[in-house]
Amino acid sequence: MATLLIDKETCTGCEACIPSCPFGALSMKEGTATVDEKCTFCGACVDVCPVGAITLKKDEKAITIDLSAYKDVWVFIEHEQGKVSSVSFELLGEGRKLANDLGCKLCGFILGHNVEGFIQEAFAYGADKVYVTESPLLEPYRTDPYACAAVNLIRKYKPEIVLFGATVQGRDFAGTVATTLEAGLTADCTGLDIDPETKFLRQTRPAFGGNIMATILDYPNYRPQMSTVRPKVFPMPARDDSRKGEVIREPLPMTEDQIRTKVLEFIKGAEAVNLADAEIIVSGGRGLGSGENFKVIREFAEVLGAAVGASRAAVDAGWIPYEHQVGQTGRTVRPKIYFACGISGSIQHQAGMKTSDIIVAINKDPEAPIFKIATYGIVGDLFTVLPMLKEEFKKRLGR
Amino acid sequence: MKIVVCVKQVPDTTDVKINPETNTLIREGVASITNPFDEFAIEEGLRTKEKFGGEVHVITMGPPQAIEVLRNALAVGCDKVYLVSDRAFAGADTLATAYTLAKTIESIGGADLIFCGKQAIDGDTAQVGPGIATRLGIPQLTYVCKVREIQPDQKKIVVERLLENGKEVVESSLPALITVVKDINEPRLPSLLGIKKAAKVQIPTLTAKDIQADENRIGLKGSPTWVTRVFTPEARGGGELLKGELTEVVPLLVEKLMETKFIK
Repeated sequence: MATLLIDKETCTGCEACIPSCPFGALSMKEGTATVDEKCTFCGACVDVCPVGAITLKKDEKAITIDLSAYKDVWVFIEHEQGKVSSVSFELLGEGRKLANDLGCKLCGFILGHNVEGFIQEAFAYGADKVYVTESPLLEPYRTDPYACAAVNLIRKYKPEIVLFGATVQGRDFAGTVATTLEAGLTADCTGLDIDPETKFLRQTRPAFGGNIMATILDYPNYRPQMSTVRPKVFPMPARDDSRKGEVIREPLPMTEDQIRTKVLEFIKGAEAVNLADAEIIVSGGRGLGSGENFKVIREFAEVLGAAVGASRAAVDAGWIPYEHQVGQTGRTVRPKIYFACGISGSIQHQAGMKTSDIIVAINKDPEAPIFKIATYGIVGDLFTVLPMLKEEFKKRLGR
Repeated sequence: MKIVVCVKQVPDTTDVKINPETNTLIREGVASITNPFDEFAIEEGLRTKEKFGGEVHVITMGPPQAIEVLRNALAVGCDKVYLVSDRAFAGADTLATAYTLAKTIESIGGADLIFCGKQAIDGDTAQVGPGIATRLGIPQLTYVCKVREIQPDQKKIVVERLLENGKEVVESSLPALITVVKDINEPRLPSLLGIKKAAKVQIPTLTAKDIQADENRIGLKGSPTWVTRVFTPEARGGGELLKGELTEVVPLLVEKLMETKFIK
């Protein structure tokens, strides 16, 4: 058990700690701060207290595992519909930095059927070594055989760090793998680095819809350290097709009758560009007024080769399917350019797009919260502005 | 069919504001709500019960005040609810939480079908659902946007999962754990009578001992990960409002965006 101790003698009642608590567990009682059961021992208040009245006591656990048995940085090479997801290459780029800091190898691991091409690609993007489990049972993706193959490889070769894309696939089975291994898993990291002293992996991620950031470590008794990372957080590394590496193969220790699910059908989405992969997204909101008016958004998106997004208001009104919803109860996106058209920019919408490189807001209401986070804003009617933008881009792009 | 729904109490982010001076969260007066995705899980549980009979049991792990989300679940028609609460659970990460909820489900007699929201809006991990399924040794179906059919006697379920670039139709054996996305249904509102009845129900609290949890696997002690630092991200600087006639502003914006080289 851990305890958060507030020294009543030292506490000056300044209330500095109260707003620092992300969980609202601190309050004032008789002039001093008190903590209630909502406390999760995150320690946010400890650093804030100007007089050092707050201490966090954690039980020190003896390290009972041999940490030196775990080495190398592994990246899950995810593929779907015959193509490697670009997040896997982004992770190889970031994994290279971690491997250099640790002085170890960067490895990919690939699960699937007929994956020779993917192995070469993993080398081209920086892997020194690739672990492969091939079986017809691994095509298409299913949780059971994927988790089984990954657990088998990880138990046998003991990586120190394992990175997955925070995609539907990665999130589906990383949780299963971590639970089976009883290892830590930190979701949706936006920053990864190695602590120069302890050599442990520091994982930084947003919480509360991106309103706070938390840096997370794994206790040394749990290995490997595992994280999922959203697409587009890290840049694509350079591709070098002349690179070569070592391939290590392991069979799948599972048979079809042990697999509890069957994929019956894949229904391809109607849109050519999906939101997770999109470099540019054009989103429409309440300001569009009708489903038909999404035409304005689609036509503009087409000129830029962009994906079409929407606010919750537009989805709830039935103007566009849920797949397009960006925000807290929809998808989280991180494109290079995000156009918010007729979207006021509620905190929930912002939670899904705030980390875009460039945000362009077009709204009639100069007071709309979206303008507070927009890189560029135009106050105006989207039905006038968007067609003008479209024509101007067409001219510039020669389309 | 015995249906179990796992829910979480979360702060209502509609109320969360940022103090522009200190750049910290203003928590005062922030209401707690049922995690929005869990509302869809409860609704799907109720719909399944209405079709196939049985009971919907709802569990939540949290501090004593989390009982509110259970009252809401009773008010819309869930049959039984349990608050899983113990100081020993505090500081649990997703591994310890999934263990605790799995032990709870076992201690209330298991389930034919478990529904969870795809993720909670405060932590956003989406890891607890798969964690529970793994602990219980049952298959998981995540990001489900439609339950196509259930054959209770054949112990079979067919669902549609929402992927990045389409939908996947998957068949699974039962019991199974399903995590749902928003699109799956439209949650009902509680009736006045339901709210009144729910207010009177004595809600049982299950402690670590009640669910026979291994003390090394719960709370902070059972959590591989720990938060070492919490900070407020740098506020995204308010940008540039392009003012003037649209005939000037539009080409200016296009010029600025072309300079980024992101548009090809």
